[in-house]
Amino acid sequence: MGLTPLEAQVGPPEQPEGTPGDPQAPRSARAIVWGRRRHALAYNWSLYRHNTQGMIGLVILSVFIALALLAPLIVDQAEITPADTTGVPLQAPSADYPYWLGTDNFGRPVLWLLIWGARISLTVGLVATVGTMVLGSIVGIAAGYFGGRIDTALNAFTNWFLVIPWLVLAIVLVAILGPSLGIIILVIALTSWAGTARLVRAQTLTVKERLYVERGKALGAGNWHLITRHILPNVFPVIFANTVLTVSLAILSETTLALLGLGDPNSVSWGTIIEEAFNSGALTAGYWWWLIPPGICIVLVTLSFTMCGYALDEILNPKLRER
Amino acid sequence: MGGAYIARKLLAALFTLFFVLAFNFFLFRVMPSDPVSINARSERLTRQDIQEQLENFGLLDPLPTQFVRFVGNTFQGDFGLSFVTGTPVTAEIGARVWPTVLLVGLSTLLATVFGVLIGIKGAWKRGSAFDTTSLFGSLVFYSMPEGWLGMILILIFVGWLGWFPAGGYTSGLESGFGNIVDVAKHLFLPCLTLTLGYIGEYAIVMRSSVLEVKNEEFVATARAKGVRDKDVRRHHAVPNALLPTLTLVFYSFGFVLGGAIIVEYVFSWPGLGALTYNAINDLDYPVLQAIFLLSSALVILFNLFADILYGYLDPRVREG
Repeated sequence: MGLTPLEAQVGPPEQPEGTPGDPQAPRSARAIVWGRRRHALAYNWSLYRHNTQGMIGLVILSVFIALALLAPLIVDQAEITPADTTGVPLQAPSADYPYWLGTDNFGRPVLWLLIWGARISLTVGLVATVGTMVLGSIVGIAAGYFGGRIDTALNAFTNWFLVIPWLVLAIVLVAILGPSLGIIILVIALTSWAGTARLVRAQTLTVKERLYVERGKALGAGNWHLITRHILPNVFPVIFANTVLTVSLAILSETTLALLGLGDPNSVSWGTIIEEAFNSGALTAGYWWWLIPPGICIVLVTLSFTMCGYALDEILNPKLRER
Repeated sequence: MGGAYIARKLLAALFTLFFVLAFNFFLFRVMPSDPVSINARSERLTRQDIQEQLENFGLLDPLPTQFVRFVGNTFQGDFGLSFVTGTPVTAEIGARVWPTVLLVGLSTLLATVFGVLIGIKGAWKRGSAFDTTSLFGSLVFYSMPEGWLGMILILIFVGWLGWFPAGGYTSGLESGFGNIVDVAKHLFLPCLTLTLGYIGEYAIVMRSSVLEVKNEEFVATARAKGVRDKDVRRHHAVPNALLPTLTLVFYSFGFVLGGAIIVEYVFSWPGLGALTYNAINDLDYPVLQAIFLLSSALVILFNLFADILYGYLDPRVREG
């Protein structure tokens, strides 16, 4: 495999010894750790910057995240409530703002719906993913670190969640508990943590055997210290790359639920826009401007998260590199 | 092959199945609205039906007794009565099985065959224009909500071109061979949607599997012996790379079922997916419960089959 030209040029993270200004001043352990982290971050960023697909994904995501954050500045939320809108219903796209993408059956500009939809779709995707990550990490680390009976029990539990058809489970759960944003997020997290847990457990098992963990144990470190200071930082790269990939799945799950009429009726997401268009006969009447754009947004965002995830996986889990 | 390996896998599958049963039992007992009051609201059920339903749910007995009865009923294929139609859930499901089997089976087959072929071709000429395009295409289809893809296909092929009927299973006007052609016409678009939805995943897995095998020593040996490139691929690389992909197909078969729900709904395909959609809207718990149980059992069965197949084809797995 060998070093790529880039690696040769940047070099792996080196440990800076003392501050350049005052070589005599002793640095605190914390300062040394943060120095190393900064250096590792800079090194990884320099690798990431040269990953074309990763950068394309990052740029597209930045645009969507900026739109989602700035939505209230671009247009007031009142403008997209069905009662207060002023546009002509089902208008085809035209050149004047904000009717570039036409209007829906209430006369709301589709462009504005998309911008506000980005907020909900991204929020659901990101929060559900954080939930997935936390659940998966707790179960995975506990199983891998403690081993024995805890491992057997947690592993059986994880395998069970891996096996059941999670989409059907998610549909059943949301149908029973009622479609609100919180429930949707909770259900997506509940049905998708198992993959993360399995990955984290495997990584924990290898990290647990490393010398520094042994040494920590010999010096009398407790479980909490070992897990938070030694296991977690070394499992984190795997979790992180996996997390970014999970966001795509979470957004797609929200869309599927919304298309089945299980979206939050009080908020506009890309999925609910599609569902409303479909149920208003957009297919037979040919309101393509209402149906196509939200789907394209979903594809762009999930594709970008996937591309970023692959790029991070290559950088953070170097065994995969050059394969 | 080792009986111990099969026995171990069988035991694990039975354990999972029991867990699913228990989960299913409790899930539908902690739900906010209790089934009997919903029952009472349903107009098509008579007093006697409600009494029967109450008996069926056995809501007055202690929980362990209820659970034993629930398991017994389930194994006898008795899932109770639909809240909406009042007919046995088993009959409701029985009427919907075949369209789903046809749709899901055919799309899985097509997605597997084409996914595998695309994966092989891409990996063998890694970095070629075909490889880059197919990899990107796979990722795009993988990122697409299947329901939306189906809608776009309807918009293009039904709305603009008028080549296919918009939905349903058959127009019911033909008989004999004409009917088969008619069903095929109705089947084409939903089948295309599901195939496109899964082809990407299979292609990506097959590609990375071939890439891995390409670096194995037996491939280098074959080349050193002077075996032609085409034969190295066909006789040395592909058979070994096929294994993980084929097992993935079996593992994911149950999930295809989940994806079929939305596609069937979009195309009004009268299968289990459409039944699920109706059950969601009517909060028809007995139907939902039976569908969840059946799909879980199916996934467990297919996983067991995949495990045994894997163990049979790759002896190393049996040892582990």
